[in-house]
Amino acid sequence: MTCSEFLAQLDDLLDNEVAAPLRADLEEHLRGCEHCVVTLNTTRKTIEIYRTHEIYELPNELRERLETAILAKCRKC
Amino acid sequence: MPTIQSSGTEEVHPDLLLVNQAREGDVQAFEKLVRQYDRQVFRIAQHITQNREDAEDVVQDAFLKAYEKLDQFQGNSKFYTWLVRITVNEALMRLRKRRTGKMVSIDEDVETEEGSMPRDLADWSPDPEALYGQSEMAEILRKTIQGLPAGFRVVFVLRDVEGLSTEETAETLGLSVPAVKSRLLRARLQLRERLSRYFRDRSKEGAK
Ligand SMILES: [Zn+2]
Repeated sequence: MTCSEFLAQLDDLLDNEVAAPLRADLEEHLRGCEHCVVTLNTTRKTIEIYRTHEIYELPNELRERLETAILAKCRKC
Repeated sequence: MPTIQSSGTEEVHPDLLLVNQAREGDVQAFEKLVRQYDRQVFRIAQHITQNREDAEDVVQDAFLKAYEKLDQFQGNSKFYTWLVRITVNEALMRLRKRRTGKMVSIDEDVETEEGSMPRDLADWSPDPEALYGQSEMAEILRKTIQGLPAGFRVVFVLRDVEGLSTEETAETLGLSVPAVKSRLLRARLQLRERLSRYFRDRSKEGAK
């Protein structure tokens, strides 16, 4: 398996959607290819970091204001 | 009014009960839905419009539109996914309004090979989050994702941040499943590549 072939399966691997026979091939590639190990681990970390960090926080004050405005309009329609 | 049938074995999603109450004019039931999802709606709107004022407007417009269209909501999809679709449409509309003349599209495929092959192969620090403070980290993540083409960004946000499935993301954006998959892979790899600059393991540097 080449690195490009490995990369083509990267998303399915990250999303845990690889069937057993293919998974074994991918794991074998990983045993001999440090680059793909790094790519896999750091891509996984990338997703995890974006998932766990709130980068667009909705401040409480704004939140209250938006909710009040929305519900006032709903009551009118 | 059509009632939503449950097959008996599967539980009715609590959102569905609230939707039904709201349909009958119970604004407080709708308020619960607003409180449940306004943070996500705001986040998606920010990611797409990249503008705070626009995002605020999108939150209001999206919930209002959802309220007006509650009767059209089909019980066979999740309320949240349906709301996300409305949000994405409203956000894109805002974006187009602001950038008149400039092409804004998430439908066309983004022709770039950037990031389709990893170049930065240095390993990361074992705990990259320890390298930066909270607000510095948020700034790095914002800057990094803002650099992605809009069509990649929105796929990554829906799929990886908001947790929609590939199929739901495809449906929401009017894209094919293979198109979503190819964008997701490139989005993930490009973000990874760009974050490497901040997170690489300096202790291993120079040790060839
Ligand atoms: Zn490899």
